[in-house]
Amino acid sequence: MTAIALQPQVHPAVEGGLHLEVTDISRQTESIVSITFAAPEGGRLPSYVPGSHLVVQYGSGVNAYSLTGSGNAPSDYTISVLRVDEGAGGSVAMHRLSVGDRVNVSRPRSAFAPASTASHHLLVAAGIGITPILSHARAAVERGNTASMIYVHRPDAGAHVAEARKLLGPGLTALIECTNRGSFQSVLAEALITQPLGTHLYVCGPVVFMDAVLEEARSQGWSSARLHSEAFGAAELDAGEPFTVHLARSGVRLEVPAGVSLLDTLETAGKTIPNMCRKGICGECVLPVLRGAPQHRDLYLSDQEKAENTTMMCCVSRSNDPELELDL
Amino acid sequence: MSSTIIETDPDAALLPERIRRFPFPFASDTYRYSANVEPATKTAPTEAGSWGTHLVDIDEHYLEELAERAKVLDRDASRVNVLPHMRPSVWDALTTLLSSMADDYPDTMSYHREGNTCRWHNGLQNLDIEFTVGDDSSLPGGPMRFLGSQIQDDIILLDVREDTLWLDAGLVTFAADWSFGFDVGMNFMEIHHPVPRVKEERIISRAQQFLLRLQPGEQFRRTNWTLTIGRRLDTSTETYPEWGPDRSTIADDPAMPEKLHLRVEVQHLVRLPHSGALLFLVRTHLLPLSDIARVPAWREKMGHVLAELPDDMAEYKGIIRYRKAASDWLLAR
Repeated sequence: MTAIALQPQVHPAVEGGLHLEVTDISRQTESIVSITFAAPEGGRLPSYVPGSHLVVQYGSGVNAYSLTGSGNAPSDYTISVLRVDEGAGGSVAMHRLSVGDRVNVSRPRSAFAPASTASHHLLVAAGIGITPILSHARAAVERGNTASMIYVHRPDAGAHVAEARKLLGPGLTALIECTNRGSFQSVLAEALITQPLGTHLYVCGPVVFMDAVLEEARSQGWSSARLHSEAFGAAELDAGEPFTVHLARSGVRLEVPAGVSLLDTLETAGKTIPNMCRKGICGECVLPVLRGAPQHRDLYLSDQEKAENTTMMCCVSRSNDPELELDL
Repeated sequence: MSSTIIETDPDAALLPERIRRFPFPFASDTYRYSANVEPATKTAPTEAGSWGTHLVDIDEHYLEELAERAKVLDRDASRVNVLPHMRPSVWDALTTLLSSMADDYPDTMSYHREGNTCRWHNGLQNLDIEFTVGDDSSLPGGPMRFLGSQIQDDIILLDVREDTLWLDAGLVTFAADWSFGFDVGMNFMEIHHPVPRVKEERIISRAQQFLLRLQPGEQFRRTNWTLTIGRRLDTSTETYPEWGPDRSTIADDPAMPEKLHLRVEVQHLVRLPHSGALLFLVRTHLLPLSDIARVPAWREKMGHVLAELPDDMAEYKGIIRYRKAASDWLLAR
């Protein structure tokens, strides 16, 4: 094991994943770059479900990025990254990658899958949200399904526009680009009332954008079962109120301050909690709750499970009661 | 459930392969339903040998069982069904399993894929074939029938939508007292509705949550069991008149030790990589009591399990009329 200690440490979120080489970099817009990874020894990579993402390690951190291909027996993986200078550093690190660099990535993870029974897919993207939407469009074309796309981007700043246009045909029946809010409003309003029966809607973009599209769809009578949104662009959660946890099995009491997660608090106290996304999506860090009502802020537990208050995702969820008792 | 350390009997090397490779399911003297899932392809030791190294298990009955399946399918077309939206997941299952078999049995099988063009060689069947992923007409009988001609397992595909699993495709010729044709289109909770106890114990809803959370590429397995009279693989609802009556005569049959088989299903649960559908494989193994009795630890455990099994579970498994006779025979040895 001494030889391995010299290597940069593999982040838990990409453990059991793949070690890939950057084989291509292409600039999409001023702030968006596409990065292609392949196995250093060549050969096929695992297939993935359309709309999947890859967790990529940068230094000691990790970030999740949507894959843009259809996922059918690929020999490489392509992600596109929007540079966010005031972010946690992931996007800046991705923009520094060059051909030949090696990175640790997870296996593709699916959290935004197409519905197999949809009669038609209405795809709605804003900005960098085009990445999983492009994956959906490619898969629909390959599988002989139909899709139509609405893509909102700044004038002359649309990533992957040429690739989307190339898909137009019997599979991708429409591609409507909107470069201002007003035109998007009327395009969306029209689209929501003219889809074939059995259409599913998929939206990816900033949270406020997704919320607005979903709200508009619901108000037009779309059922939640036909609405899909990509979750991991989720906004930073607020700091929350401080609370206490009582670990029943170890007989320990810990204070969780505002702005510090329960997972961080437990890890600081020397507890090892399996975890992956640390964003309330993957479900790895589930903990059994014995007493108290958690403030569920995750995207993983079902409404029913949340109401039962017997489990919680300690990476994002907090407490509605001053004290929670955990089976730990 | 307490864990037991399994030690292989030193005399086991002398036993025939059908016993050494048999997936004996009982770890203790009692049996209850549980969500007994574990990671797939981990070799599981038994007192007589081991099992479970490969996802697709090929044994001495390979050709004979595939011939039996072909006969069942010729007689009854309702044993295979693929709802239209499941076509991509059938191809996903086929490419996943052929590739896995080629890795596990390199001496007899090979699989190559270039784009959507695939070549498959199966030396056990003297078969070389080229096909195109997505083109149903490129394989004899379509991809589901073809997959059913390459593996001994029954095949079930569950679609994932609305946070629920839906049995929307499959090829099932060796069902243990259920009807595939009846269940097609049902969801996971509906399928398991008749199973006693599990509703109260929330086992099925927890199992479904677990399955829904599997990420593409993940593989798990579990075992299930019942008893079958004769070496009969097709004990489906459809053929009940052929095998049902044996249940009332077997207890008094002097040939019971040779006729009555422990039927073990090794069930694999695979979240398919591209479609995201859940592939459920059921591989049936049959071993007569006379063979079970050749392994002292098996004889004893199975004897006690049959004696202790609560009536509602014995009734559901269809063994209530003869389980005492079987238990008495095993424990008297």
